[in-house]
Amino acid sequence: MKSILLVLPLLVPLSTAAVCLVLWTRPWLQRAVSLLGTVTLLLAGVSLVSLVASEGIQVIQLGNWQAPVGITIVADLFGAIMVAVSGLVAFSVVLYSMQGIDRVRESFGFHSLLHVLFLGVNGSFLTGDVFNLYVWFETMLIASFVLVALGGEKAQLEGAIKYATLNLVSSAIFLAAAGVLYGTVGTLNMADLAQRIGSGEVGGVASVAGAMLLVSFGLKAGLFPLFFWLPASYHTPPAVISAVMAGLLTKVGVYALVRVVSLLFVRDLAYLQPLLLVVAGLTMVTGVLGAAAQGEFRRVLSFHIISQIGYMILGLALFTPLALAGMVFYLVHHIIVKTNLFLIAGIAHRVCGSYRLEQLGGIYRSRLWLALLFLVPAMSLAGIPPLSGFWAKLALVRAGLETEHYLVTAAALAVGLLTLFSMTKIWNEAFWKRAPGSSETQTPPPSASQPPASQPPTSQPPTSQLPSPAAGLDSDATLRATGNMGWMVAASLLLALLTVGIGFFAEPLFALANETAAQLLNPAEYIEAVLPKGA
Amino acid sequence: MDDSTTDDTGRGNDRPRLGVAESLLATIPLIAFLVAAYLTVTGRTLRLVWSWVPSLQVEASFQLDGLSLLFCLLISGIGVMIFVYAPGYFRGHRDRWRLYTWLLLFMAAMLGLVTADNVIMLFVCWELTSLTSYLLIGFKHESEKARAAALQALLITGAGGLCLLAGLLLLSRIAESQELSTILGAADALKQSPLITPAIILILLGAFTKSAQFPFHFWLPNAMEAPTPVSAYLHSATMVKAGVYLVARLSPALTGVPLWDNLIVAAGGVTAVVGGAYAVRQYDLKRILAFSTISALGCLMLLLGLGTKLAIEGAMLFLLSHALYKATLFLVAGAVDLGTGTRDIRRLYGLFASYPLLAAAAILAACSKSGLPPFGGFLAKEVVYEATTTLSGWATWATTIVALLANACFVAVGGLAAVHPFFGKPGEPSVVPHESPPGSSQLPAGGAARLLGWRLVFPPVVLGLLGIVLGVLPSVTALYFISPAMSAVMGQDIGVKLSLWHGFNLPLLLSVLTVAAGVGIYVQRRRFVAWVDAGGILRYAAEGGPQAAYRGSLALLKFTATWQTRILQNGRLRLYLITVLASFAGLVIAAFLYRVEYTQFGKLLNLRLYELVFPVLILAALAMAVTSTSRLAAVCALGVIGFALAMLFVLFGAPDLAMTQLAIETLTVILFVFVIYRLPRFATLSSRGVRIRDAVVSLAVGGMMTVIVLAATSAHAPSRVSQFFVDNSLAIAKGRNMVNVILVDFRGVDTLGEITVIAVAALGIFSLMRLRLEPSQVPAEAAADRTETTLAANGEDASSPSEQAAPDKPSATGRGE
Repeated sequence: MKSILLVLPLLVPLSTAAVCLVLWTRPWLQRAVSLLGTVTLLLAGVSLVSLVASEGIQVIQLGNWQAPVGITIVADLFGAIMVAVSGLVAFSVVLYSMQGIDRVRESFGFHSLLHVLFLGVNGSFLTGDVFNLYVWFETMLIASFVLVALGGEKAQLEGAIKYATLNLVSSAIFLAAAGVLYGTVGTLNMADLAQRIGSGEVGGVASVAGAMLLVSFGLKAGLFPLFFWLPASYHTPPAVISAVMAGLLTKVGVYALVRVVSLLFVRDLAYLQPLLLVVAGLTMVTGVLGAAAQGEFRRVLSFHIISQIGYMILGLALFTPLALAGMVFYLVHHIIVKTNLFLIAGIAHRVCGSYRLEQLGGIYRSRLWLALLFLVPAMSLAGIPPLSGFWAKLALVRAGLETEHYLVTAAALAVGLLTLFSMTKIWNEAFWKRAPGSSETQTPPPSASQPPASQPPTSQPPTSQLPSPAAGLDSDATLRATGNMGWMVAASLLLALLTVGIGFFAEPLFALANETAAQLLNPAEYIEAVLPKGA
Repeated sequence: MDDSTTDDTGRGNDRPRLGVAESLLATIPLIAFLVAAYLTVTGRTLRLVWSWVPSLQVEASFQLDGLSLLFCLLISGIGVMIFVYAPGYFRGHRDRWRLYTWLLLFMAAMLGLVTADNVIMLFVCWELTSLTSYLLIGFKHESEKARAAALQALLITGAGGLCLLAGLLLLSRIAESQELSTILGAADALKQSPLITPAIILILLGAFTKSAQFPFHFWLPNAMEAPTPVSAYLHSATMVKAGVYLVARLSPALTGVPLWDNLIVAAGGVTAVVGGAYAVRQYDLKRILAFSTISALGCLMLLLGLGTKLAIEGAMLFLLSHALYKATLFLVAGAVDLGTGTRDIRRLYGLFASYPLLAAAAILAACSKSGLPPFGGFLAKEVVYEATTTLSGWATWATTIVALLANACFVAVGGLAAVHPFFGKPGEPSVVPHESPPGSSQLPAGGAARLLGWRLVFPPVVLGLLGIVLGVLPSVTALYFISPAMSAVMGQDIGVKLSLWHGFNLPLLLSVLTVAAGVGIYVQRRRFVAWVDAGGILRYAAEGGPQAAYRGSLALLKFTATWQTRILQNGRLRLYLITVLASFAGLVIAAFLYRVEYTQFGKLLNLRLYELVFPVLILAALAMAVTSTSRLAAVCALGVIGFALAMLFVLFGAPDLAMTQLAIETLTVILFVFVIYRLPRFATLSSRGVRIRDAVVSLAVGGMMTVIVLAATSAHAPSRVSQFFVDNSLAIAKGRNMVNVILVDFRGVDTLGEITVIAVAALGIFSLMRLRLEPSQVPAEAAADRTETTLAANGEDASSPSEQAAPDKPSATGRGE
């Protein structure tokens, strides 16, 4: 039974994707199957976490070919947590897509593609084999590539070309690195690799392969200076596709980086650590500056992903128990919050008809619930306490101070302020500002010396003659549109509640993150689980 | 300036009755107040601890001692008055419930801040007050000015907050605890640590920004964009005192560290003088009060920095009396604003007839502010003067002069804010110095003022009266408020005796001098303002300079952000590729040089001639592919490379691999030919420099890969995995073709993944060919300018978006790309 839990995260999305393909002409059934698949996925992920937390690292040798010959599926706490969180993202995104994706895209295999993406993501989190990791990366890449391009709008195609080209370069580097590793170490199994590299019997060429992997995963993760594909493409597909990619893809890169550094190349930390620190700092800063320069809802969010990835890499670079725990906490927090922000961008788009900040407005006035829904993940992302992001940042800042890396810690704090700044930019423009088309009274004339009692009663701003998308904000049509957003709002609300919940009750997750960090710092546990000494 | 109540969208002119919930709002702070009062009267200190995030040593721990209780009483007590007042002020306003919610949240956060014992808990509450302050300042969010003011306050206090967090974390690192009570007990360890200097600077940055100390004070006057009840509560009585609270809280451990004392005294002294003098030259009632609040906060800081027993006593007394009279004056200002539609003192006069009770409250507050007996302000001022005059050396002169100046300004401000609006005459020359006010032709007559409900009058009157109670019952004040608070600040039990009459002494003389000077300033306001404005230094320090610095840094931030983003995210795929490949080459070459000490390439030279033929052929074909001017020829050359590779596979005993390679290569070339048949001729569009750069990067990557592969081959270890495959593919897996067995059995999951990839690729091609959503199916404006290149251009040079969108064309700006 236990081994079932290990393969469910792969089997469920694979079979869901296949069934959805079969149901090509029946979108309603596709939707039902898709939702069912993600519910199962979420449950499987959560049970996997509790299994690993109670009984230690779980291993299954596929085809019963013992490691290092066959492909090993391994779930340590880190992998299991990632599977559970991606299950959560899968569920909320599919829930959202009940109303959040157009029927045309849905009839061109949207659900199948989504589940293939989940397959690739979960495979990456669970595999214990370097080449198999490559395969799952490819699965993920092709699914996300098709999702980005799905619909074939001009902007989408331009984004997709950049996305695919740069990611293929990353894949090529990954493949070459895997080849070099196999050539010099003679195995692809990660535990076996870790054992041999760790024992010192392998020369420096393996470390060169490590550097190659760093570049390859760094590109997937969106590190400076390799992140270009991300802001080039994430704002082009529909919000729900952006959301799932924003939530999961870069985090797979971060996961792979952490896995490779903490398991295989601990011996190279001496030179990796300063490098990672510098890269983390630059990623944080350039990302948030990029966000500050944007005027499009999803572009701001895309650049924030980069900046936030910097924090996670900071956790990896510091490599103390607290820092790694902070990194794990950050990953979970970030996936939830970032997915949600993109989902909310989609809702705002549905309401106002635009993603451009200058064309948005008036949401705080007209839809307080949406404003509050945005405020939770936005403030969490900026690290405002007591939301989830605060704890993640607190752990990293403390770890930075404890290891006396003052400069990068200061950068982390300053980037927090700039994140807040760019979030208030969205808040200012989309929520507080009056909807464009209604006249904004910037400074009322000072001649209003008569008592306000004689002011005309609540004069509604006159709607402009031009049929601008935001003009009829309170018209019946948009109200009806609101009525059709129930599932979208429910998905976003679920994630927002989780953000608040993690914030107020941070202890369980942080304790789990602490255990995860301990496991990451002790590769022997992983190796022992995959390659039992007796065998 | 006077747009506070003329919000054209907010309020109806009918006066609906208040709902039950709304009229009972004040009971929430009242409960808090009663609890605090009970604890104060019984003299108990409480410690409450709940476990919160023990993994991070964060406890929800609260300690209620004298200092905390004094603040709690102020927060909840003034809170009661605010929540009595606000429903009257916002009667019928459609956004009032949002405001009440944020106000209540603020109150809870503020109470948490002053009672928290865990530094993280304190910081959590600190940030929540900043956030609620942001939302409250932006209450009139459709006004650009209010939004800017809200953002400014958030950024300034937010930046300070982050400094504070770092400082508190450093403190807890030294003291090895995050509980304030433990940290304060570790005073010696703190003072000896080298980290104490950065910790003090960071913590004081937090305190100074929050409590509007020079040069960070400028956000506070701008925060007057908030509705008046909010200003009264947050921006005079409670939130801005958080910094003062923090300094007082940390005093037992840090007083005596020269850096701490000197920074606080310096900032406090400058703030007191600048704020006081600048208050006198304002016309907007709220701005007058805001600057005088800044001055008062400076005085409080100054006293805490002096750190003597008398100074702390003065600080606590002043804190209490200031909160009472300043809240009164703000509430009066709000009521006057609501009643007359203006806050401009040039247009406010003679309102006594209309609002006698408000006038009484204002006068009470002004008397306390001016330090007249028997008001609380008098008690405070006497002790302050006693404290400054008993210092030694030049400090006594400097601080006494600062205190004198600030107090004299308070007297003048009391006149401007409380006396003039009610008893002044139109066009009083002392009040109207230079220019005539905007719209001065429509001065409101007293009779035109609107009637105000009891909710707008009762709170200021009560708060004003409390100012007398404070002074008339000095022993009560001392016993219940001052002594417990002082004990907490000094870190030892202290009993204080207060009395109104100290005999004829220096402080009394100074008091007389203060009042005389204040009246002088009020009467000669025009001259005073001219004197203050001389040279523009004060104006620059109080407003121009910090504002310019803020605006400048925001502009710099925006410029840097745009500039770096344009360079990094330039929209050109080839530049992205170059950057990625160059970083790849740079990092891997460095790793190679660093990690690979010794490589034996010797056995590689052991080559046979026919083994050399194909590499040479590959290199030749490569050269042709790169230099060819015909696309067809280039594709053919690429084909040659593929075929030569296949031959190498044959030579090294992998005929199945060679078969695959040949098939794929043939197919690729054919497909290429089909595609390029329809393309225009090859043209060289890149400049020479660009081509050289591309060549360098390509050669670096290619050469590096070659060296790595050679090194890997020479370091090759015999793989036991390969050996296992050889030994067992027939024996266990029952397959004669080992490659097939690997593909479908040993590593079958890889194949599963790869066929999924192929299926999805097919799906993708299908959708790319069949599904072309036109911009008509998506919102019109979004589709047109959503491509990255036009976004990168940011609209400024997006004159020819189609040209920029095509990365292969040379750019119009002539960058040679």
